[in-house]
Amino acid sequence: MAVEHESRQKGLNPPEPVLLPGQTYASIDEQISAIVLKRPLTPGWLFGTLLSFAFIMLLTFTIVYLIARGIGIWGVDVPVAWGFAIANFVWWIGIGHAGTLISAILLLLNQKWRTSINRFAEAMTLFAVACAGLFPLLHLGRPWAFYWLFPYPNTMALWPQFRSPLIWDFFAVSTYLTVSLLFWYQGLIPDAAAVRDRAQNPLKRLFFGIVSLGWRGSAIHWKYYESSYWLLAALATPLVVSVHSIVSMDFAVGIVPGWHSTIFPPYFVAGAIFSGFAMVLTLAIPLRKFYHLEDMVTLRHLENMGKIVLATSLVVAYGYFQETLMAWYSGDRFEWYMVQDRAFGNYSFAFWLLLLCNVVAPQTLWVRKWRTNVLWLFVLSLIVQIGMWTERVVIVVQSLHRDFMPSAWHMYYPTVWDWAALTGSLGLFAGLFFLFIRILPMIPTHEVQKLAHEREPHPERENPAAAAKARP
Amino acid sequence: MPPIEREKGKGRREEGEEKRENPGSQFPIPLHEEMDPAMDRRAFLTLLGASLALAGLSGCTLRPPDEKIVPYVHPPDADEMTPGKPLFYATACPRNGYVDGVLVTSREGRPIKIEGNLLHPASLGASDAITQATLLEMYDPDRSQQVMHRGLPGTWDAFLGEANTYMQAQRAVRGAGLRVLTGSVTSPTLVAQIRAMQAQLPAMQWHQHEPISRDNVRAGAQMAFGRYADTLYDFTQSAVIVSLDGDFLLSMPGHVRYARDYAASRRVRTKACGPGQPAREIMSRLYVAESMPTLTGTMADHRLPLRARDIENVARALAQQVGVNGVAPTEPLPPEVAEWVAVAARDLQAFRGAGVIVPGDFQPPAVHALAHAMNAALGNTGKAVRYIAPVEAEPMDQAASFRKLVQDMQAGQVQMLIILSSNPVYTSPADLDFAGAMAKVPMSVHLGLYDDETSALCQWHIPETHYLETWSDGRAYDGTTTIMQPLIAPLYDNTRSAHELLDALLVPPGRAGHDIVKTFWSGQHRGADFEAFWRKSLNDGVAAHPLSLRRRGGTELSSGASVAGQVSLQAANPTSQPGSPSPVPGGGGLELIFRPDPTIWDGRYANNGWLQELPKPLTKLTWDNAVLMSPRTAEKLGLTRQGGTPGTHPESVPVVELRYRGRSVRGPVLILPGHPDGSATVTLGYGRTRAGHVGTGAGFNAYALRTSDALWHDDGLEIVRTDDLFSLGVTHSHQTMEGRDIVRIGSITQFRKDPHNPDGKEHVPNKPPMILPEAPPLPPSEYAWGMSIDNNVCIGCNACVVACQAENNIPVVGKEQVLGGREMHWLRIDRYYTGMDMERPTGTYFMPIPCMQCEKAPCELVCPVDATLHSDDGLNMMVYNRCVGTRYCSNNCPYKVRRFNFLQYADIAPVIQLMRNPEVTVRSRGVMEKCTYCVQRIQNAKIDAEVQDRKVGGDEVQTACQQACPTNAIVFGDINQPDSQVAQLKAEPHDYPLLAELGTRPRTTYLARLVNPNPEMRAE
Amino acid sequence: MARPFPPYTNTLSRVIVFGLFVSPILIGWIATAINWSPYINETNIPRNQPVPFSHKHHVGGLGLDCRYCHTTVETTSFANIPPIHTCMTCHSQIWKDSPMLAPIRDSYASDIPVQWTRVNFVPDFVYFNHSIHVNKGIGCETCHGRVDEMPLTARGQPLMMAWCLNCHRNPERYVRPREDVFIMGYQPPENQLTLGRQLVQQYHIRKLQDCYTCHR
Repeated sequence: MAVEHESRQKGLNPPEPVLLPGQTYASIDEQISAIVLKRPLTPGWLFGTLLSFAFIMLLTFTIVYLIARGIGIWGVDVPVAWGFAIANFVWWIGIGHAGTLISAILLLLNQKWRTSINRFAEAMTLFAVACAGLFPLLHLGRPWAFYWLFPYPNTMALWPQFRSPLIWDFFAVSTYLTVSLLFWYQGLIPDAAAVRDRAQNPLKRLFFGIVSLGWRGSAIHWKYYESSYWLLAALATPLVVSVHSIVSMDFAVGIVPGWHSTIFPPYFVAGAIFSGFAMVLTLAIPLRKFYHLEDMVTLRHLENMGKIVLATSLVVAYGYFQETLMAWYSGDRFEWYMVQDRAFGNYSFAFWLLLLCNVVAPQTLWVRKWRTNVLWLFVLSLIVQIGMWTERVVIVVQSLHRDFMPSAWHMYYPTVWDWAALTGSLGLFAGLFFLFIRILPMIPTHEVQKLAHEREPHPERENPAAAAKARP
Repeated sequence: MPPIEREKGKGRREEGEEKRENPGSQFPIPLHEEMDPAMDRRAFLTLLGASLALAGLSGCTLRPPDEKIVPYVHPPDADEMTPGKPLFYATACPRNGYVDGVLVTSREGRPIKIEGNLLHPASLGASDAITQATLLEMYDPDRSQQVMHRGLPGTWDAFLGEANTYMQAQRAVRGAGLRVLTGSVTSPTLVAQIRAMQAQLPAMQWHQHEPISRDNVRAGAQMAFGRYADTLYDFTQSAVIVSLDGDFLLSMPGHVRYARDYAASRRVRTKACGPGQPAREIMSRLYVAESMPTLTGTMADHRLPLRARDIENVARALAQQVGVNGVAPTEPLPPEVAEWVAVAARDLQAFRGAGVIVPGDFQPPAVHALAHAMNAALGNTGKAVRYIAPVEAEPMDQAASFRKLVQDMQAGQVQMLIILSSNPVYTSPADLDFAGAMAKVPMSVHLGLYDDETSALCQWHIPETHYLETWSDGRAYDGTTTIMQPLIAPLYDNTRSAHELLDALLVPPGRAGHDIVKTFWSGQHRGADFEAFWRKSLNDGVAAHPLSLRRRGGTELSSGASVAGQVSLQAANPTSQPGSPSPVPGGGGLELIFRPDPTIWDGRYANNGWLQELPKPLTKLTWDNAVLMSPRTAEKLGLTRQGGTPGTHPESVPVVELRYRGRSVRGPVLILPGHPDGSATVTLGYGRTRAGHVGTGAGFNAYALRTSDALWHDDGLEIVRTDDLFSLGVTHSHQTMEGRDIVRIGSITQFRKDPHNPDGKEHVPNKPPMILPEAPPLPPSEYAWGMSIDNNVCIGCNACVVACQAENNIPVVGKEQVLGGREMHWLRIDRYYTGMDMERPTGTYFMPIPCMQCEKAPCELVCPVDATLHSDDGLNMMVYNRCVGTRYCSNNCPYKVRRFNFLQYADIAPVIQLMRNPEVTVRSRGVMEKCTYCVQRIQNAKIDAEVQDRKVGGDEVQTACQQACPTNAIVFGDINQPDSQVAQLKAEPHDYPLLAELGTRPRTTYLARLVNPNPEMRAE
Repeated sequence: MARPFPPYTNTLSRVIVFGLFVSPILIGWIATAINWSPYINETNIPRNQPVPFSHKHHVGGLGLDCRYCHTTVETTSFANIPPIHTCMTCHSQIWKDSPMLAPIRDSYASDIPVQWTRVNFVPDFVYFNHSIHVNKGIGCETCHGRVDEMPLTARGQPLMMAWCLNCHRNPERYVRPREDVFIMGYQPPENQLTLGRQLVQQYHIRKLQDCYTCHR
């Protein structure tokens, strides 16, 4: 609450509270677990789930065909030996960032507004990383030999090659996945217990009973819970930075003009948070609408996320600028040609598109009116998604298609299977998420209750009008 | 290893069968099962599927299924072969009648690689792309394997029966109704057989039809000398070379030898660098006037693109200026042409006796006559130019001969027609309706490798044995005679050679080819010990016999003044000469030029995957032919490149309709910088309808436009744009170097000033300074393999590319994959144009790009599984069986020399498997591959040396590309040994690494390209 | 409210959580063990042959030299399987009616080779060369085991890459004097290492760990 006091003293118009009044322990508990327990199947949810499952089928088919025929069904060639697959990978990993950032870093920074969104943000992280994880495997020429990237005692007496960024990737991503998973799960335990206690249906009780690992909410439980939660947060924080830095090194370590650049790690991390928060918005806005969570996911949340999107967009823009500047300043013939080609060459349309989406569009968020316009935030978040994906494609494809030897230059044309893999992974993500919101409490009950608790002593001072409204 | 005497007392067939029974222990199953003709590819695939399924089942036990191992019953003789050791046999590869000497590698009785024959004057150890690729032709699964009778399977005996009745009938009429149709023939045995036939049947007639005919050459000689004669050039002797549309580097007979000699006259060294590379800082100067860009043109110091019909005028002007009496240009020359002529003439005069004028095979006889006259007038004759009695057994005006044949057939005078290894139905000029005439011939016999367009219209088709399966003989461009020996028994039982067919017709049932050839030569041999002669001839691949004249000395034709006299008289009014095309434009319009295709020649190699996928030297086009024209002409016709239409490949080109003399075909347009304006070139050999799985349907058929009165070019072409688009598989579409330091081009004068920077530019030092501390140099090792490529003499002929493909089991991927940018050639030849205006590029330059084997290789750093890393002796190793296919190495390779198996490319047809080089792993899908410096050769050399407790010599190991190179542009060896040729070449001042600024320290380095322009000529 | 779970679930859950951590390691260990076991690399598993040829008898008993049958072992990459002809040099005289040898005689008569089951082989992408090993003082026994004690021939050594590298990395441990290469049951001297180093010098055996040594 400290934040709000100051802001009022500065005479600013009071920001939205992170929890609208009128929400008591019971109401919160009730409303959230109801989504899981009572709420009947809505046609909307059913439709969404089925649609996304259709795309999962498409993905499955693509994968089977890919394994049967070979990587050649995609548009990759020499020189453009990496195509959509890697771009999708980088993009998904990026999206996976926001979750841990929100839950870990904002937790350490004691940002209250994180509480009600962190659960599904983390879920989003997990699902995004799962989608991302698919692509490095699939894009291998011989996917069945992927485990050679892992150091194990083999009859060939061989190790993986630890100088290769792909190996770093292998470890970075798997670590990130593990920690996010633990973090997400631990946060889930008390809520699962809550649901368990409310559940009438014995099957659901059994399920949530297992999930909640016998949580009884005793003081000692909470003691351990708190300490380990903070520990995990501290552990996850460096990972947020490390993962995408290392992913960026897949490119930065290469000598390809357009890849070989020191700006990449910070620039990629920023881009990741950028697209990550955009994705959180994309999910949060419909959720609060359809499940009537406006009280817990308030405008305050949306606005804050908008601010972060704006900030990271600026960092990304700086990254673009730096790349161009260095290409010119270094006097490297190849780099400079790459920059020109990026802007005016075969793929220039993609370049201008990404500038429009990632740099120009977010500037609207300087204006509070736009920043608090839920519809615009939603649209913008989609624009940003597209922009960031385009950026990944440009980095991968455009840089490769014209590097050092003009004789080897060749275009890259995505095939129907490239698109199938992309849309399929989107379907997988959506499908998992639909299941999540049905099966698990998507908002951390106990944390929100804590907010309510902190507020208890003096509800009136918060927002008299609302308080009045709350008590008819 | 020297060629090994292979001939045995008994016929090769029997031995072959024995060999088939005993395939050599490395075969899991007996070879004859694999080669069962009854089993076609599909059947094999089903079998394969089944066996895979089985493998899958047994895979449950985690164990590989049992592998069988098959010993010999009777051990082969030691000189016959030792399992695991290659043998080398000399023979010769025929094309258009002429043969090139080759040395064929044989493993366990299977020929697996063709190299040039060191002892053969037409080869000197080198070979060309087509010769290399004929290996695949032998193993082609589409080869005809069955005697066909009216399109149905027949038997040899049935054929013999029917043929005999006709032969009897012919004997009654002294052969009046018998015709034999061949291509150009140099084989003494075959000639003897035909003569014998003529002796028995005096009224029979022998016709010749060679689609790429040399009628002009013959007619030209007739004009000059009143008799047939062949011209030989010795470019080592020449300081000034003027080519009048003469592509002596790629398409003339003897071009391999010519390329070698030409390179010798251009090679520049500051000090002697091993055999054949003396210290010399002078270059010959090459003037080329040509009607379409050719390899010879790209090497020119002064290139003059002209419409084909204008060449003759230039020839006349040149003749006038070098002092041939009574000749004058028929029409005034445009200024820049006039200047070119004047400068060339002055140069020729300055170097009397040290110059050559080379007329093009496809130019009218007058040009040849003029060239002979000029050479005579300049005293070049007898030095750089020599004349010999014709190598062909029976030179004739083939066009006339063929026309006569068709007339006779239409007149119903032909009862029996024997077509020997020729495909006239496809290749005959459009104005002669040969196909129609076939209907009037009651008994037509076709002998051919393929069941092709002609055999479809013949009563009988006899499958022909490939030259690698045949006893025969033939003569090279200079008359050198080779007795050809088979490398393997015929793969298919029903096949016959031309000798066997004729012999069977004359004296049924006929003898085996071995007996025919040997009997003939025993008849020819005058000396005492025939066996010795026979063995030596086979061993050397060069017959030690007077027939083999012009190897040393030999009968020269009269030369000098008398010739000049004759020529000047006749050449004064060449239009009256037979054979020369109408000089007056036939109804105006554009000029249409016909040329043989640089890869599939006249269409006979259309089913050869290696050649189909081989990028054509200048256009880099694969799998198709196209209508070639200059950018300006295309612009004028509104045909500039366009694409992006939905449904087509985004880089499609417009399709045009060619209307010419009332006929028309449709074909895609390809813009070729340096092509003369106002004319369009089409290459022959495409649009086959019965070529086989590979060749059928590729490209469009230019023969459909070709008429017998103007075989090579004439005006009257109309080009009409259609709305269709077509995608061409071009492997190298970018024209220029974008100002990057790739091919260094300098002049010889600048070189003499500053040999280190012949192009007079500032260059990054070969080992640029690093921000990071220098990586420690590679640990000292016993060997350090390296390669030096001399851009100055690389003529871009592609011989190395196919040699590499054959040596390293490189798959063919097909047009679709080439369009997708997935061609697999480990060694590619880059082609760059210089100059601002692609209309008249100031130069065209070639650069072979193998793996650079960088000492600091970017690819090695990024492989996650250590599938590519460095060896002690400095090789950048690629381990297929460890590769998981991340393709990161390819991305990180600045030279883009790595190739990836995006799909299952390796062909698993059983016959093709026989052709594979057992020393090289066949790569499966999902694996990266690249040039290895032919590591299998290095390793075997090492092992042999080690067994003998010695060191591998600096020049001992030869890579496949080096071995094939006609110009010795590629040299490989051990850099650690200072006396090795490669070490000396790398010490040359104009040696440079590609993209030095990247600091990759390539082991493959280049020698700068040098030109020798005439200062008198105004700079273009 | 009623507890959904009986008390023992506490233990159960602990066990499960523990297992979650342990089982991957355990599974990995088992897989590795199988991978290295003779079950996979087929060491000492006799193979059935059309004729139960006994090296024990011919080498151990009669004392035939390896090169009597495997003639090309010193000169080429491939140690050939003897032609049927070789068998018949003796077996046209002795045991010439033994039913066991019928396939040999038939093959000799009909000129159709016998198909043996292969015992020692490496994958096709491995280019093993017998001549160089034999000439550099690597005994047959070192790779093929005590053939003279095999009634039915079996693989004497695993022939896996790790096993090859073992010798390629430190040849001095295995190299023997050239004259002893074909001896079975050769006893390395106590000073094998010193002798080995000396032989490595003498035979000029160099570092052999480049992939291209075996893979091309």
